[in-house]
Amino acid sequence: MENKNFKAKVGLEIHQQLNVGRKLFCDCPIMEYDEAEHRILRYLRPTQSELGEVDPAVMFEFRKNKANIYIYNSRASCLVECDEEPPHPINMDAVKAAITVALALGSKIVEELHVMRKIVIDGSNTTGFQRTVLVALDGVLNADGIEVPVQTISVEEDAARLIEERDDAKVFSLDRLGVPLIEISLAPIEADPKTVEKVALALGRLLRLTGFAARGLGTIRQDINISIEGFPPCEVKGVQKLDLIPKVIEYEMMRQYHLYNIARLLKEKGLDSNSSVGEYVDVTNLFEETGSKVVRNALDNGKKVYGIRLIGFRGLFKMEPYPNVRLGLELAEMARAYGLGGIIHSDELPAYGISSEDVERVKAYLSVGESDAFILILANERDFDALSALRQRMLQFFEGPVPETRGPTGDGRTKYSRPRPGAARMYPETDIPLIRVSKELIEECRRFVPRPWNEVLKDYMQKYGLNEKLANQILDSAYLGLFERVCSTTRLSPTLVAVVLTEHLVNISREGLDISILDEKRLFELFQLLDSGQISKESVIDILRCMCKEGISASDCIRRLGLKPITEEELAKMVHDTVLSNRSLVESLRERSFGPLMGMLMEKVRGKADGGKVSRLLKEEIARLLQNT
Amino acid sequence: MDGYSGALKRLLEENNVRAGDVIKVITEEREYVGTVIPRYEYASQDFLTLKLLNGYNIGIRFDKILSIKLIEKHSPPSFKSTLLEFKSKNLPHAVIVSTGGTIASRVDYRTGGVRPALSASDLLSVVPELADIAKVDAEVLFSIYSENMTPSHWTVLARKVHDYVSKGYEGVVVTHGTDTMGYTAAALSFALKHTPIPIVLVGSQRSSDRPSSDASSNLISAMHTSIEAPFSGVYVLMHGWVSDERMEVHLGTKVRKLHTSRRDAFKSVNSKPAAIYENGRLHVILDDLPKRRPPSSFDIFPNFDERVALIKFYPNMDPEIFSYLHGKGCRGIVLEGFGLGHVSSRAIPVLKKIVRDGVFVFMTSQCIFGRVRLTVYDTGRDLLEAGVIPLEDMLPETAFVKLSWCLGNFGEDKVLDVMKANIAYEYSSRTILEEGECFGK
Repeated sequence: MENKNFKAKVGLEIHQQLNVGRKLFCDCPIMEYDEAEHRILRYLRPTQSELGEVDPAVMFEFRKNKANIYIYNSRASCLVECDEEPPHPINMDAVKAAITVALALGSKIVEELHVMRKIVIDGSNTTGFQRTVLVALDGVLNADGIEVPVQTISVEEDAARLIEERDDAKVFSLDRLGVPLIEISLAPIEADPKTVEKVALALGRLLRLTGFAARGLGTIRQDINISIEGFPPCEVKGVQKLDLIPKVIEYEMMRQYHLYNIARLLKEKGLDSNSSVGEYVDVTNLFEETGSKVVRNALDNGKKVYGIRLIGFRGLFKMEPYPNVRLGLELAEMARAYGLGGIIHSDELPAYGISSEDVERVKAYLSVGESDAFILILANERDFDALSALRQRMLQFFEGPVPETRGPTGDGRTKYSRPRPGAARMYPETDIPLIRVSKELIEECRRFVPRPWNEVLKDYMQKYGLNEKLANQILDSAYLGLFERVCSTTRLSPTLVAVVLTEHLVNISREGLDISILDEKRLFELFQLLDSGQISKESVIDILRCMCKEGISASDCIRRLGLKPITEEELAKMVHDTVLSNRSLVESLRERSFGPLMGMLMEKVRGKADGGKVSRLLKEEIARLLQNT
Repeated sequence: MDGYSGALKRLLEENNVRAGDVIKVITEEREYVGTVIPRYEYASQDFLTLKLLNGYNIGIRFDKILSIKLIEKHSPPSFKSTLLEFKSKNLPHAVIVSTGGTIASRVDYRTGGVRPALSASDLLSVVPELADIAKVDAEVLFSIYSENMTPSHWTVLARKVHDYVSKGYEGVVVTHGTDTMGYTAAALSFALKHTPIPIVLVGSQRSSDRPSSDASSNLISAMHTSIEAPFSGVYVLMHGWVSDERMEVHLGTKVRKLHTSRRDAFKSVNSKPAAIYENGRLHVILDDLPKRRPPSSFDIFPNFDERVALIKFYPNMDPEIFSYLHGKGCRGIVLEGFGLGHVSSRAIPVLKKIVRDGVFVFMTSQCIFGRVRLTVYDTGRDLLEAGVIPLEDMLPETAFVKLSWCLGNFGEDKVLDVMKANIAYEYSSRTILEEGECFGK
């Protein structure tokens, strides 16, 4: 299929948690804590915006009519997160962070800030809206020579953490709700997926250098707007890992090309949406005797079978020009997002226990011709909204890619999550007065504007004697603070510390171990043990593996692995004994006997004693023996 | 115009721009396109509020604006209400009488806060489920914050409710701001004698313009209660806990707002809730509630005397305040004393004097929970001797309303008897030991 001439436009939106001590609109600390003291059950309803409109994305969530259950713990949340108390004044440190970033990007700072409510009724906000405030417009990000225009910079509250999605309810933890985020929207650029990753990295680095950014997994999330030329963008929300960005873009491009090609193909066949896509027909009675368990279960639960004919669609639903890009999948995922089990299309039948006789009956009933297709949907009568949304989507197969909000699947694919919201979901936050941005405030923020990454990098290489790669890695690392603390409180070589905190951790994480358990306290203890000579640097990676696997401290791992360090006396005795029992070797090779003897000793004490110490003791012992002979 | 004044207002007028219009604003730095949003009174007048195309509002400094240009005329922002279709013709007739408050409020461009603005029919379009319960009529009786309610409002409201019930409405729900809903509930409890159906007052602690508002669940539960409950009388229905699950139905004379902001702010004091509404079912808790009655016995005593005061006693309070009140024509005082019903000994001679001069003085407790007892300590006995009447376990607010009602409808010779009589469940003779704290699970 033709796709070479297409160009994709990609717009990035970065959400970075801010490390500013407390939440955006209350005084709760920023911490993960989801042990339930209380569970609060709530329902959300759509409301009109101040312009008197209801947003399509909001109606979508409301139609699903799910309950929301919020896990509350008083350590991490107060009545504000429960929507039981009005918001406190905005955390001005978060506003300062945004102004600082705006200054660094040359953006125009809004002079009077209006806190808004962005209506979101998927349950992730107890209020049914996310508080957000636009702080600056315009600006330019310089990413490795590429200039990317900035559209907006805002500060907003993070949503509650989804813990579980049940059929009847979503379960959220309130600990993350209200954590300040900075949101930076970049203008769409025409660039290859790898370049977009580079842009994201550059923006992430700028945020980290301000010192306002929180570090660690899940503290930064990217939304990616992707469109192919001439079509509106789809937004993929919540990509957490940088290296997923190119994969997501590539998948989206392929998916959108396919939709474009389908539309072109339908046009070539001389078809148009209105005459091709039929109306739903209740075909339940055709399945009264069916052997299909899927259908039988649905009927037993009071559902019906709805069929719809699509003229000229035969073969289109299963067509898979790229891995996991199919029209059938497109519809099925949308059906699931609307709370239906999925869809069954004629290209995949007979299957699911639906026999060819069943198929023939449906074909006859719906007058499905040789070149046509049909779709079956198991639904309740009250799923009318979902059914009409799906039919609407079928009509849109004639238009090519359509705008929608999608989510990453984790393996680089994306799937439908909801319609794209419009401006109708913004409503002023009436509980918070307007905030005037004074000249003094801007001047105060100017002091926080960081120097360019390259300068900081150079300084770092010089100060710690790191090579460029290591310096980049440690500056990007979540453990930068720990690195500086270890270097200033121990005699360990900064290069060693940096290698442990970056390369070692990356390696064991690639082995599939969960390194999120390694908090700063545990790692600091490990470095202290290393500094005091109780473990050797050779054993560090084994200890790290053990810490991840067993979830225990470094000193416990030493015991568990039998790495109990040898005492000074034991080591001295061991060196003494080794030299004596190899007396003839020492006498014949004299000082050159060091090499083989060192090898023998390290064989015995690897991981239990520091190589440098062994070497020193061995040299002394050899010298003593030679002196005595 | 639309909250704008001075030079900014002139600029808008010169360009024929009103709130809701889309305009282009050219400043020294850049151009902005967006909708003009009304500016409210307390906000600085040097800024233009513009809603950008992405939905965000920003303030643009007037002195940076070089020019503005009208792009598109629009009607000013307004709430769009949709017409309801009633599902079945056999539904009972009910009415929602709206008095204002958070249950019916929207953003106010004048102050930037929320204010009562939704009409009762707007409310219906926001809560379409009501159409499954009843054929609902709606009337906006007042559109005020409940802190601005006065005894004359109680009178108008009592008459209005009496009218609707007398016309045969099978459900009457009164929406009310929560701040003084307890007072109004007590007022209606006394003013409406032998109601045939339960009259249910309902409010919300989160305004109906937010998706998480408790307005709809409270309103739906209140409508069910008014139409279906086996008892009569005047009640307040609000959340029983912070979840949208359990609603509590409180006696109008035994209910108090005990939290500034929580959904379950209203609690029954010195009583259990009359009933619980949960999962679409009403569970009656109090077993001696009045049954539904024939409309023939329904009567109204709607007057309230405004010359009544509710005074909370505080340490070292100057007793001259009582003489002052007497001098201003005050006919009755409800005291919120300390503990079992005490005030400092220094105040007793003054109280004694005003009682002798014809002022009715009653004692309740600022403890809120429990019963006053003036026979335990000397001070109490001195107060009794001075002519201060203890009101058992009556809530101070209820006592205040009842005194105003007594003086409004009965001669002075009847006041003491009526105050001591149990008219609307305001007294209970037994105080029950209840488990747990007020705001537990």
